[in-house]
Amino acid sequence: MSQEFTIDDLKRILLEGAGADEGVDLDSDILDTDFEELGYESLALLETGGRIEREYGVSFDDDTLAENRTPRALVATVNALLKDAVGV
Amino acid sequence: MTAKVVITGIGVATPNGLGVDDYWAATRVGKNAIGPVTRFDAAQYPSKLAGEIHDFTAEDHLPSRLIPQTDRMTRLALVAADCAFEDAGVKPGDIPEFDMGVVTASASGGFEFGQNELKKLWGQGSQYVSAYQSFAWFYAVNSGQISIRNGMRGPSGVVVSDQAGGLDAIAQARRQIRKGSKLIFSGGFDASICPWGWVAQLAGGLMSTDENPERAYLPFDPDANGYVPGEGGALLILEDAEAARGRGATNIYGEIAGYGATFDPKPGSGREPGLRRAIEAALADAGLEAGDIDVVFADAAGTPELDRIEADAISAVFGPGRVPVTAPKTMTGRLYSGAAPVDVVAAVLAMREGLIPPTTNVTLSPEYDIDLVTGTARPAPVRAALVLARGYGGFNSAVVVRAAD
Repeated sequence: MSQEFTIDDLKRILLEGAGADEGVDLDSDILDTDFEELGYESLALLETGGRIEREYGVSFDDDTLAENRTPRALVATVNALLKDAVGV
Repeated sequence: MTAKVVITGIGVATPNGLGVDDYWAATRVGKNAIGPVTRFDAAQYPSKLAGEIHDFTAEDHLPSRLIPQTDRMTRLALVAADCAFEDAGVKPGDIPEFDMGVVTASASGGFEFGQNELKKLWGQGSQYVSAYQSFAWFYAVNSGQISIRNGMRGPSGVVVSDQAGGLDAIAQARRQIRKGSKLIFSGGFDASICPWGWVAQLAGGLMSTDENPERAYLPFDPDANGYVPGEGGALLILEDAEAARGRGATNIYGEIAGYGATFDPKPGSGREPGLRRAIEAALADAGLEAGDIDVVFADAAGTPELDRIEADAISAVFGPGRVPVTAPKTMTGRLYSGAAPVDVVAAVLAMREGLIPPTTNVTLSPEYDIDLVTGTARPAPVRAALVLARGYGGFNSAVVVRAAD
């Protein structure tokens, strides 16, 4: 069974783990907006990353969160990890 | 430099009320806010009563970004900070960011947050621990979060000296203003009514085990048998008096006129406890005589030995029965770092109204020769008040608050 990680999953986890800044609408098109601009600093991303790892059974490298600066990039990376896990 | 430092804004959250008006409306009439613990099941513990803040929903006041990263005490402190700004008629951006700082006291940090993360650590594994545990439990977190939220980048810090810390923070804030800061937030909040906080306090051996909310916390009473803990505290905006008048501040509650702090001698040394010296130091710092003080807000530990030490110190400085003494914290329980800032609030409101709030439920023991204001509030002109606070392990602090002219 292959599981997919979507932008909606990411939004839900961002909200649960770190909330949302006032003045940031997560329902607008945020796919290519830098996390920093969305109000998520490194600690918020660490919390978000930890939640994704727990829930989806994937494991991030130390650099995963630093290198994937936008929701689109992070969603793609998580899906690549999920695919790898299924492929094994 | 000895600039006058005045209180120009107040944010208060206690079991007796949220905001100055609520708190005072309850306090002036002696409304009891001690009751059975509801925040967790205390049935299995020897102490079952607390002063809890009900009807506080952080989500109504704070952005969602702050909720996952804050302990209850920090949420209370942040909301109180917002109230204090509003009360002072000043907005964070009105004053240059490096001219504003935050000095708070904390006795236990974010215990409840820490407890939840420890539960996850041992129950589910380290990967379940929140990244925010790195700071959410920490003593300095209230100062940090207030500073970040309001862009206050001047001198800031935290003092940790249990209940005395609430006064020590005010003294440190006064120092920073005298060194040139324009505005410093000061005060303290604690909120550790959770099992971990409970057992930590029980270990001190001073908590009351009485289950009657009206008989559990009775400082200076023949039946004194310990204290009841509470949650909450107060934040004060302190400013240089001239700067405050310069910006047109309208709410000048009073002046932080004097401060003294001492440490008790080693137990068994036979030397006198340090509280009397702290009072004398605070009076000297304020340039006042004992006769100038119109009311003393007692630390009111609620155990016979500590009550004896406090009554003796007050009688030694002021003379037996020569100054009204009160402990409105009998309504809320002891708020640790939050207690003394709340007493400072009560002191300036007593000045404003000419009314000394009562020590509730207590019948004064004939052992103590102090003029304890029991029963109902006592009308009296109040121009200068002394606030006392002691911390577990030997801290003694005293602050003199004087009416602003």
